[in-house]
Amino acid sequence: MANKSFVKIENITKRFGRFTALDRINLDIAEGEFLTIVGPSGSGKSTLIRLLVGIDDVTEGTISLDGVRIDTVPANKRPTCMVFQSLALFPHMTVGQNIEFPLKLKGVAPEVRRTRALELLGLLQLPDSYYGKRISQCSGGERQRVALARALAFDPQIIVFDEPLSALDYRLRKTLEKELKDLHARTGKTFVYITHSLEEAMVMSDRIAIMRAGRFEQIATAEEIYSRPVSRFVASFMGEVNLFELEIAADGAAKWQSVPITVSAGKLDAGPGWRGAMMVRPELVRFLEPGQNADFTLPGVLATEYALGSRIQYAVKTEGGSVTVERPFETRLQAAVGSPVTLGWDRGAVHLIAEAADGKA
Amino acid sequence: MEKLERRLGLLSALPIGLLLLLSFVMPLALVAGFATMPQKVFELAHLPDFSSFAVIWEQGYYKSLLRSLGLAFLTTVILFVVCWPLAYGMAKVFGRFTLVITIMVVMILFVSENIRLFGWSLSLMKGGLLEGHMRSWFGFGFETPLYDWPVIVFGMCYVYFPFMLFPLAQGISLVPDDARLAASDLGASPLRILLEIEMPLAAPGIMVGSLLTFVLSAGAVAEAKLLGGRTVIVLTDDVESAFTFGQNWPLGSALSLMLIVIVSVLALIPISRIDLDVIMGRKK
Repeated sequence: MANKSFVKIENITKRFGRFTALDRINLDIAEGEFLTIVGPSGSGKSTLIRLLVGIDDVTEGTISLDGVRIDTVPANKRPTCMVFQSLALFPHMTVGQNIEFPLKLKGVAPEVRRTRALELLGLLQLPDSYYGKRISQCSGGERQRVALARALAFDPQIIVFDEPLSALDYRLRKTLEKELKDLHARTGKTFVYITHSLEEAMVMSDRIAIMRAGRFEQIATAEEIYSRPVSRFVASFMGEVNLFELEIAADGAAKWQSVPITVSAGKLDAGPGWRGAMMVRPELVRFLEPGQNADFTLPGVLATEYALGSRIQYAVKTEGGSVTVERPFETRLQAAVGSPVTLGWDRGAVHLIAEAADGKA
Repeated sequence: MEKLERRLGLLSALPIGLLLLLSFVMPLALVAGFATMPQKVFELAHLPDFSSFAVIWEQGYYKSLLRSLGLAFLTTVILFVVCWPLAYGMAKVFGRFTLVITIMVVMILFVSENIRLFGWSLSLMKGGLLEGHMRSWFGFGFETPLYDWPVIVFGMCYVYFPFMLFPLAQGISLVPDDARLAASDLGASPLRILLEIEMPLAAPGIMVGSLLTFVLSAGAVAEAKLLGGRTVIVLTDDVESAFTFGQNWPLGSALSLMLIVIVSVLALIPISRIDLDVIMGRKK
């Protein structure tokens, strides 16, 4: 990442009537980076990329690419290209004509176009015979590849993806996620991807930006977001994590829904009066054998077990609520459902999210 | 069971089938019969006799046929150009206002075509509504545009406007917004988007609209008569005179038959190439 701010988004605000979709957004994207923007529907992620490629105009702020302002350049003259959620392939053209469309607009000679289209088909692992096929003859996954090939044929400086995989079934999506990451590595282009699935973002991205109500909540690497989310909102994107709503009493006792969690002395980095969430990942919670100890302990009753293939997941009922525990399938617990257990985890497994840092949550 | 269902299909089609046979196929057959009758006699015994077609050629009736087709073609082209922006607005831009336009256009159809054309004739004639007012207010008038071919084209455009507008709007609504945005994103100028994305994807609507206006204009009578005042003889005039003053039914039928055949062939080519289900929104 030689150039730290290849794309520079500065103080972007976008309003639709009286609704503010984006509120003074700042974002730097490095050249060749794979950046994923994650957020729930309505968070403004689609609005942001539509501004980036020029489908919509910014209300305030600037976007520059390699030092040149692009927010005033019309969409058809911007060196950006978007892969739409609907893919927006042209149904009246063949696969080859779709891929060649941007080249045709640039006035490239037919033979050169054809060679390039076949090259791109190869890059996306589609056989040459697809060149003359109709779009309606292609499957969902093949259409994805055609849309990508068409975007690459345009040879943009940035390719933007608007949840193109969301309509596909799980297995195909997984395959294509990996292929996309691969393609990113091979082409060296800057990719900006948006999705509502943090899991999808983790597989592919160099950096992840979490968006909420028109602002960025956290911009960091996948690892950073996974282990140190700045808010409950970010943590809630990660699926199965345990969030204990903690309150530290005046005497230093940690209470979760007024149920005490036993903490060894000096192991909690928060003083009396602290309020917030303690995040603990399911795979870092242990079942304590009698005599074993941990920095944090909590008694409960084994409620359910779910086999997840390579892993096994337990729901443990405690007085404060349900706690999720996960471990490799080989280490399946011998205890029967309904038996009392003691849960334990260590200081290293704990990530604290203070109330103040969390805003509205 | 399956047999019964098949018979049910036939039975259900029977009423409309009979009606079409009586009101559509029979007249056509009659016209074809008259067209092949010998000249100036009224008997079906000498069938078939093609002397009427020879007359069409010898006496230059084919010229009025060409004139009719030419005017219809011109009308279709003008209507396409005029209706496209409005249809585009109705399909993509106006939103609820589209309904207002639709009602306004449909309301025009409530008044008989002849009355509306007669209104134009009174407005445009020398000493008529427009020229008369202008002369009394400003002291000078203008030559009436009536009694020439452009005013006939104008009249046909005016009368057949809805037949182009609505199919076109329907066709344009078939163009996905994303396809247009994607084309622009890939570097296409508005003109290229129009030519390479919007028009091909709206083709079913363009075909239906063009066919309707072309077929109706080619067979139009009133425009040439009321606005053209018989200075421009179109085919339908010839047909009418052959049946009335001329009392030459074979000639009239032969002329009609030629128009029917030419227009059907022109209409069938595009119809065989488009999928009507698409424009009815029944499948994607």
